[in-house]
Amino acid sequence: MTNELKPKERMAIDRVKMPEQSPRRRIGNFEEVNQGLTEEQAIQEAKRCLLCKSRPCVAGCPVRVRIPDFIAALAEGDLPEAARILLADNTLPAVCGRVCPQETQCEQVCVRGAKGAPVAIGYLERFVADWALAHPDKLHKEILPAPTGKKVAIVGSGPAGLTMAGELARKGHAVTLFEALHDTGGVLRYGIPEFRLPKRIVDIEVKRLQDIGVQIECNVVVGKTVTLDELRQEFDAVFIGNGAGLPVMLNIDGENLKGVYSANEYLTRVNLMAAWRDDVPTPIIRGKRVAVIGGGNTAMDAVRTSRRLGAERSIIVYRRTEVEMPARVEEIHHAKEEGIEFLLLAAPLEILGDEKGWVKGLLCQRMQLGEPDASGRRRPVPIEGDTFVLDVDVVVNAVGTRANPLLTATAPDLKLNKWGNIETDERGATSLPGVFAGGDIVRGGATVILAMGDGKMAAQAIDEYLKQQN
Amino acid sequence: MFEVLSNDILAPNVHRMVIRAPRIARVRKPGQFVIVRVEEGGERIPLTIGDADIAKGTITLFIQAVGLTSLKLVGTPVGNHLRDVAGPLGQPTHIRKWGRVVCIGGGLGTAVLYPMARALPAAGNEVTTIIGGRSAPFIILEQELSVFSRQVLVTTEDGSLGRKGFVTDALRELIDDPQRCPQAVIAIGPVPMMRAVAELTRPYGIETIVSLNPIMIDGTGMCGGCRVVVGGETRFACVDGPEFDGHLVDFDLLSNRLAMYREDECRMLEQLPDELRARIVQVKR
Repeated sequence: MTNELKPKERMAIDRVKMPEQSPRRRIGNFEEVNQGLTEEQAIQEAKRCLLCKSRPCVAGCPVRVRIPDFIAALAEGDLPEAARILLADNTLPAVCGRVCPQETQCEQVCVRGAKGAPVAIGYLERFVADWALAHPDKLHKEILPAPTGKKVAIVGSGPAGLTMAGELARKGHAVTLFEALHDTGGVLRYGIPEFRLPKRIVDIEVKRLQDIGVQIECNVVVGKTVTLDELRQEFDAVFIGNGAGLPVMLNIDGENLKGVYSANEYLTRVNLMAAWRDDVPTPIIRGKRVAVIGGGNTAMDAVRTSRRLGAERSIIVYRRTEVEMPARVEEIHHAKEEGIEFLLLAAPLEILGDEKGWVKGLLCQRMQLGEPDASGRRRPVPIEGDTFVLDVDVVVNAVGTRANPLLTATAPDLKLNKWGNIETDERGATSLPGVFAGGDIVRGGATVILAMGDGKMAAQAIDEYLKQQN
Repeated sequence: MFEVLSNDILAPNVHRMVIRAPRIARVRKPGQFVIVRVEEGGERIPLTIGDADIAKGTITLFIQAVGLTSLKLVGTPVGNHLRDVAGPLGQPTHIRKWGRVVCIGGGLGTAVLYPMARALPAAGNEVTTIIGGRSAPFIILEQELSVFSRQVLVTTEDGSLGRKGFVTDALRELIDDPQRCPQAVIAIGPVPMMRAVAELTRPYGIETIVSLNPIMIDGTGMCGGCRVVVGGETRFACVDGPEFDGHLVDFDLLSNRLAMYREDECRMLEQLPDELRARIVQVKR
């Protein structure tokens, strides 16, 4: 049996490499960069797992996937069992296997990684999840509990809301998801580009939720179309997972010139509205020289998108150094391979325009690193008088997002913190009985997997709350 | 999916559509809008809610066909469905008792104006309405507006209906008449018209409200594509507006940003069949 391999034999196997589209080819399309493992590669990689007793990887995963268990089944070639274990713990495994920062979560604490590379947990999760998507007929049939008769409304169909929906439906509650946009997924749909997360994956994951009875209503803007109070009257509990979709503006001159985008607008046009295609009516300005301001994953997504839209120069403008960048190492690496330029220790001072109101340049201030700030990162300090102009025709602002006040402005009793995020206890309960919240609306802009972790945890709390209501 | 219940032609390329949207009908207030996507793969466009019937669960939209999407929209026959209608969005009109109010509508702006103007008398206002257009066929809703207006003045650029000239000519006469000088003006129409009205009322200190029509995508405040500058501050028209103090709006910026995708719009128009394109070009002139 595979799982009777000796530790020494497991340690002797090299970590698998993810097959990728070549940089030259992929900058000409929006197809996925990572091509996924073959079954052979996946089983080989699974054998690297030491199946250790301490299982730190499980604690390192915000949704607590039983990682050694699904990997053990995979190593045996028992894909239906691997899928059963994975799907029981994670509502969106094909998404997580693609966008989670495993290097700072499950893989960071992998025992196998103490000597050599950690097990490629993310790649294996993706492999098993993709296999499950492709072979629905071979999956173990899911048995749902009898309906409890309780109704739960979920506001927002992003990662937190989708996870919540899956968890509650599997506990027998009647779930309705309300989404403001015309399609589901939140940031999975409008934010993360096709070349990192194909939209058909989101479609299939959402379909799986509908198959277990989750109702989805798009075009419902909670706070406008219906209020939180109305939802509270109609449902036994409400979960708010409407994210942090309000762009932080740069507040510099020239920000309203033609050719200046928030990353949210730029990515929404390209991802949700498919503006990269020639046969859709939603337009986008395809700059020849594009500057993207920021150093997070959103900045990497935007700058790599601009390259695929045909930019000759795509430039990251970031006020600290690469070490401080919040973006995933893999994304930075991919960006560099694609010819993205990194202009570090530079901060935007003004966006310059021509006589017709179009962007023609970005005035930048050179910075140096000073003392560490509250976040522990060294603070960027301007070098007096050292400025320069970058010759660009599109500027994308990816410096961050805040809580969108659209819902909270119409729910005066809901307690917020000073940044406008909803205050909750450690289990997601808000100041209003029966109302729970999680994801970016509570945390501020964070990651997909943290939002999913919040959704999973709050689902437990909601389930207990509903039982108390009997 | 949102069923089209009626679809009437009011003027060349201007349609009035009634759509089944019970949730929106129930809560919408004058001044608010919806975002519509006609079909799968289509773009999202903002449209003012002209009217609503709570009992029937319907809303009324006024649409001017100016490009690919609006052409497809007005071409949707009764009984068919629009893929997506989201709303109501934006802030409702803040209706107060001003006293004498002059409501000014230019082109399709007359339809945007209609729900606001109709709500004014109930708040104790006396309404005088001015409708302007290029020529007689473009004057819409005169009858409907006259129901609650003390007077409806019509101006056309070519003099084919009402007085020859611009809405500002009619407004100036009212301002000059102490018996009729308004305490507030609400002006909705093309940017040059709203700007001209705001410039006319500014020296008199007459409160002037305009409804802005920047480019929008989501309409819920998540992208800032619709940003406008009012009183030196950047505001998102979809959540902070669409109505603002006309004396504080940066109209240059608005018209500049409205032209951002002109090339793409022309390219989309070129893809239309000749007959449809001719229809648009003729009206746009």
